[in-house]
Amino acid sequence: MLDSKIPAGKLEEKWVDYKGHCKLVNPANKRKLEIIIVGTGLAGASAAAALAEQGYKVKAYCFQDSPRRAHSIAAQGGINAAKNYQNDGDSVFRLFYDTIKGGDYRAREANVHRLAEVSANIIDQCVAQGVPFAREYGGLLNNRSFGGTQVKRTFYAAGQTGQQLLIGAYQALERQVALGNVTMYNRHEMLEVVVIDGKARGIIARDLVTGKLERHFGHAVLLCTGGYGNVFYLSTNAMGSNVTAAWKAHRKGALFANPCFTQIHPTCIPVTGDHQSKLTLMSESLRNDGRIWVPKKQNDTRKANEIPEEERDYFLERRYPAFGNLVPRDVASRAAKERCDAGYGVGTTRQAVYLDFRYNLINKYGRAEASKKGIQNPDEATLVAFGKEVVKEEYGNLFDMYEKITGENPYEVPMRIYPAVHYTMGGLWVDYELMTNVPGLYSLGEANFSDHGANRLGASALMQGLADGYFVVPYTIGNYLADEIATKPIPVSHEAFETAEKSVSDRISTLMNIKGKQTVESFHKRLGKIMWEKCGMARNAQGLQEAIKEIQALKKEFWSDVRIPGDINEMNPELDKAGRVADFIELGELMCIDALDRNESCGGHFREEYQTPDGEALRQDDKHMYVAAWEMKGEHQWQLHKEELKYDVIKPTQRNYK
Amino acid sequence: MKWSEFFTSSVGKKLVMALTGLFLISFLVVHAGVNACIFKDYFVPTDDGDMFNRAADFMGRTVVIRIMEVVLFAGFLVHIIQGLMLELQNRSKRKTGYQVNLGNRGSKWYSRSMGLLGTILLIFLVLHWWHFWIPSRFTHAGLENPVWLSNGRESHDMFMLMQVTFSEWWVVIAYIAACISLAWHLIHGFQSAFRTLGISNSRYIGLANTIGIGYSILIPLLFALMPLSYKMGWIGA
Amino acid sequence: MEHYTMNLTLKVWKQKNANTAGSFETYQVKDISSEMSFLEMFDVLNEQLIRDGREPIAFDHDCREGICGMCSMYINGRPHGPWHGTTTCQLHMRAFKDGDTIVVEPWRANAFPVVKDLVVDRTSFDRIIQAGGYISANTGSAVDGNAIPIDKNKADKAFAAAACIGCGACVAACKNSSAMLFVSAKVSHLALLPQGDVERKSRVLNMVSQMDKEGFGSCTFTQACEAVCPKEISVSNISRLNAEYIVAGLTSENS
Repeated sequence: MLDSKIPAGKLEEKWVDYKGHCKLVNPANKRKLEIIIVGTGLAGASAAAALAEQGYKVKAYCFQDSPRRAHSIAAQGGINAAKNYQNDGDSVFRLFYDTIKGGDYRAREANVHRLAEVSANIIDQCVAQGVPFAREYGGLLNNRSFGGTQVKRTFYAAGQTGQQLLIGAYQALERQVALGNVTMYNRHEMLEVVVIDGKARGIIARDLVTGKLERHFGHAVLLCTGGYGNVFYLSTNAMGSNVTAAWKAHRKGALFANPCFTQIHPTCIPVTGDHQSKLTLMSESLRNDGRIWVPKKQNDTRKANEIPEEERDYFLERRYPAFGNLVPRDVASRAAKERCDAGYGVGTTRQAVYLDFRYNLINKYGRAEASKKGIQNPDEATLVAFGKEVVKEEYGNLFDMYEKITGENPYEVPMRIYPAVHYTMGGLWVDYELMTNVPGLYSLGEANFSDHGANRLGASALMQGLADGYFVVPYTIGNYLADEIATKPIPVSHEAFETAEKSVSDRISTLMNIKGKQTVESFHKRLGKIMWEKCGMARNAQGLQEAIKEIQALKKEFWSDVRIPGDINEMNPELDKAGRVADFIELGELMCIDALDRNESCGGHFREEYQTPDGEALRQDDKHMYVAAWEMKGEHQWQLHKEELKYDVIKPTQRNYK
Repeated sequence: MKWSEFFTSSVGKKLVMALTGLFLISFLVVHAGVNACIFKDYFVPTDDGDMFNRAADFMGRTVVIRIMEVVLFAGFLVHIIQGLMLELQNRSKRKTGYQVNLGNRGSKWYSRSMGLLGTILLIFLVLHWWHFWIPSRFTHAGLENPVWLSNGRESHDMFMLMQVTFSEWWVVIAYIAACISLAWHLIHGFQSAFRTLGISNSRYIGLANTIGIGYSILIPLLFALMPLSYKMGWIGA
Repeated sequence: MEHYTMNLTLKVWKQKNANTAGSFETYQVKDISSEMSFLEMFDVLNEQLIRDGREPIAFDHDCREGICGMCSMYINGRPHGPWHGTTTCQLHMRAFKDGDTIVVEPWRANAFPVVKDLVVDRTSFDRIIQAGGYISANTGSAVDGNAIPIDKNKADKAFAAAACIGCGACVAACKNSSAMLFVSAKVSHLALLPQGDVERKSRVLNMVSQMDKEGFGSCTFTQACEAVCPKEISVSNISRLNAEYIVAGLTSENS
């Protein structure tokens, strides 16, 4: 059994207690301690800024040309916080409860409660940094609601909340760069963790412009490298999002937890063809005002606007009257898939459902505006015109994006949407202090597994990333580093660095020397296809067993027939991608193994063998109430370690959104 | 921040251009106003340039105006030198150019051509000084015969100098061409100066735009009418 | 929306690295779907080049949803291509027709040196932010988010300025390679908020000074930047920067 180092005591006192008793490092000693932070998204940038503010010497790395490009920037809808500014019954407990329930009872109570506690501080911090959240006319902060909750606790900045939060963290980071507390390494990719005497002591990074390998020492290493959704090839992740840093850590002994927990987001723009390189999300916030429906008739080929009201099936409202269109993502995704599989899908591919704004555009916004302007009995055209103005202000950028991609105007016709891979709840196993089982190696944000259980609620990823970086790791890392103040920086000529660098350069040479026939991209696509079909929205034992064999064969083929153009010592995006795809292939196998091992359905993990008569996920709490943390033992070999999940406060039940 | 830094940063340099530009714009109003006195001859043919010559004489003997002339000279000098330097510096910021240019898809040609328009105006200015300012101040060439003004003073006959100068077609055409350049230069310069001075409020930007366009058409048109009127015999003759 | 396929001729800038001279190379691509994004068309071309044993074209891209600011192609004489308010990654092939020739160049500015092919170095933008593009609020010291109400109109304006993605299209389009739209967007974003008021004077002076050091030209208000900005950042931000600069410069207490 794994020790998650959860403090003793009552749930709501654990974090306060921890902060009151953890070891501290005095300011003079902080200046002697070096911290490596890989990744500069919300978790990485906020951690780099917060730790540098405290006086630590930070080195930060990102593969993009600037830390501001990290994919947190693409988060659209918002960030949750238990502020209860709306006076609608929100509280720390309620946010905690919603998150645990939304995660289908596969997350740690203590972590989630801590997350809910610090959520309010995040909003305060971001406002102080100048994040321009949406406001009411009175100048106070505005909120919207998101899936899986019945309160309005989501703070937002139009459809660009992630961008605004990341820019805030990025600016805080750049301020520390200017002060000399952070050294920034742009266009650098971490390719190995250096472990000395059992502790993480540095990394090997590759300069992506020159291709040179570099050795960097740190008293601690923080991996804030995001999720691994790109294992599916098509996802809402950025093209460069990858698992490589986390996977290198895994290969060096860090446990990988719950890899099969993948979130499929219900509202994405459908795939149009084989050329597709990525999928684009339409924010969950749209489900505040959009109603999801399909025709009541199978294979209905009429245009959306030609289908009369009574022939439309608002299937989420029908199946889940209490939460309606705002059920959690996993539930909404499966419901959409169910309709499409049953032949009710729309669009040319029949793999889409409608997300329709007309009702709220007219009835909610149009009427409110008309009433504000004192217009009695407005006609429909007036209502539509008013409604459009409000919708434009709330979601304008998303509507524009939809139109650019599809060529259709969503103000006039309903959006076509379909579920797509969006977020990965699984990740490196970490304890309460966000440290992996390798001492000195931490993992923050989406890269770790900790807070979302088997399904993440909307607007909670931003919350977790910033909570980890701004408010958790600055405390917990001190508890470790307090014992490291006597450790002098280890020269990078140390043999551990030597060996690590050699293994990296050997691997790169091997890849370059295969000189096969097939492109990296083609392997990635094939991997994605296997994963989506057999380890996607619905999984079964037979499919997973097949997938494992297929992935093993794909791996062999990759290592004997991949073609990488160019040289090692130059900018070579194909080589960068090859390394990432090679890691994805290994991860894909582990995901299938994990999915096969978890004989239950929970959250985003839906095993067809385990469902209720009406198609809901059926957990097996007696057998699977644990975190599955996998240790790599060798090629195609992993050993399972379990961390038991104990629910002291919440009583797990069958999730009910009806 | 030192004054030298304040005026030599990229924003400071533009500020200098805007301030001198607005100063020159106000000078043009005076210049056009004084010169427009020649048109009295059109309405009252017996005037024979008396009103204009009186105005010119007044300008020439008023101390404040003579001091302003020095300031004006400095204004021109700073605007020209700074303008040329900015143009050269800005051009040097892109060593390798584009194969296909953005051109009019992003901006107006005259906004991009302030350096060129300004250079045309500079060449014109030399010609203009050679025609009028140098004779009136220094050489008195063409002004050998004084005129008696209606207020009893003896003065240079600037009205006659203009008539003689504008009897040549090439001069008339050169002046009209310069006025057209001036109009385009002003259409951009007028509103740009206010933006450089920090006007961001859309109401005032709109106002500056409207007044700017009116000004940029009216003043150059007035100037252009002068050589044309002499040549066509509408005045003088 | 009717879909169609097209064959295209591409003239693309190829340059091995910062130290070697580059030149244009011509490529043919076939059967491009009108539903593809512009970058997916480049993916198709690169796959073809790799299979043919030739060098693929290096270009910057990441999120492919128009928000990270990494993509940066100068397409047929316009940054991010022909569509208004659109990044290259969001540009779709519907914008082109069969038989078109498309010229693709990197951003051109001394302050954005070419790294390889269409990839340029935009770290100068990071250094400008380092000079003052932030509010110095250490973590943990913040007051309640609702403690200071902010006029909605101002908050909206601040947001509109803060929507800048730092792609550099403004510099690429400007005949002076000026970065004023980028810098002014940040200055405006922070100056419009009460939280940014404390440092507003030093911020504008330091950011302008750093912008000059990086080798960007000065603004002559051609407004080309606004015309090509994928986030439609307004040039009124530049006016605001000027006002901030004048007030800060005139009231500065340093001799």
